Amino acid sequence: MKSAVIVFPGLNRDRDMIAALTQISGKAPATVWHQDAEIPDVDLIVIPGGFSYGDYLRCGAIAARSPIMDAVRAKAASGVNILGVCNGFQILIEAGLLPGALMRNMSLKFVCRDVKLEVTNADTDFTRGYSQGQVINCPVAHHDGNYFADSETITQLEDNGQVAFRYAENTNPNGSINDIAGILNTKKNVLGLMPHPENLIEAAHGGTDGRALFSGLLGRAA
Amino acid sequence: MKARVTVTLKAGVLDPQGQAIEGSLKSLGMSGVGGVRQGKVFDLLLDATDESAARAAVTTMCEKLLANTVIENYTIEISN
Repeated sequence: MKSAVIVFPGLNRDRDMIAALTQISGKAPATVWHQDAEIPDVDLIVIPGGFSYGDYLRCGAIAARSPIMDAVRAKAASGVNILGVCNGFQILIEAGLLPGALMRNMSLKFVCRDVKLEVTNADTDFTRGYSQGQVINCPVAHHDGNYFADSETITQLEDNGQVAFRYAENTNPNGSINDIAGILNTKKNVLGLMPHPENLIEAAHGGTDGRALFSGLLGRAA
Repeated sequence: MKARVTVTLKAGVLDPQGQAIEGSLKSLGMSGVGGVRQGKVFDLLLDATDESAARAAVTTMCEKLLANTVIENYTIEISN
């Protein structure tokens, strides 16, 4: 699997993501700076987490208008898998690649802890490493992960299997509608999620539940 | 010309920050507040000299960047 990681100023989870992709795919991802206009020919493009542009205006708003996002949009349209984690999810939403909005956590607090995630749709390139309905551990670390969309959009997401992950066992950390933790676009080649699977891939992390997301993607392109 | 853009959350969108502010006002003993919704204000200095051109330009800015129209409304005031 060839992958690329898009880097914006203010991200801080890019190195974790690069380490995870390198370890699981056996190949270091290309890193693409936000001012670049082109993304190399890859099977997976990842936008990692952090605080791009200091979360100014709205989380992900400035990054979503960077030059590189036109290239991300073109790659998404051509069917390349795009993964956005945490701030990366916020950026994909602000860029219009995923519907809805991510609002301030209901508690108004930054939440950094482990949650339980239910795999709500295991029939995608991102989730095929899991079984349908499987509950996994995953860490979250965010202030604005409270997923919101109008009821029509929520119905569409639910009916089309576009909810990939849901907070399970009463661990919803942010008040998101229907416990939504991660969503897909209609073509299911763009996934955004608030939790950090890249931070749970080896025993030293305290578990390896995040690993199957990356190894599932690897299976597709191997 | 100058423009003032006010961005507010749409009706029906939960505003936990507004609720926290309302709670704080109550705890300060300021009664009579039935609800608080918070938002943002942007003051822009514009090159445009014509009000309708200025309004059109700022509307585009709101739609493309200043507001997230999934959850937010905006109003524009133009002045000299």
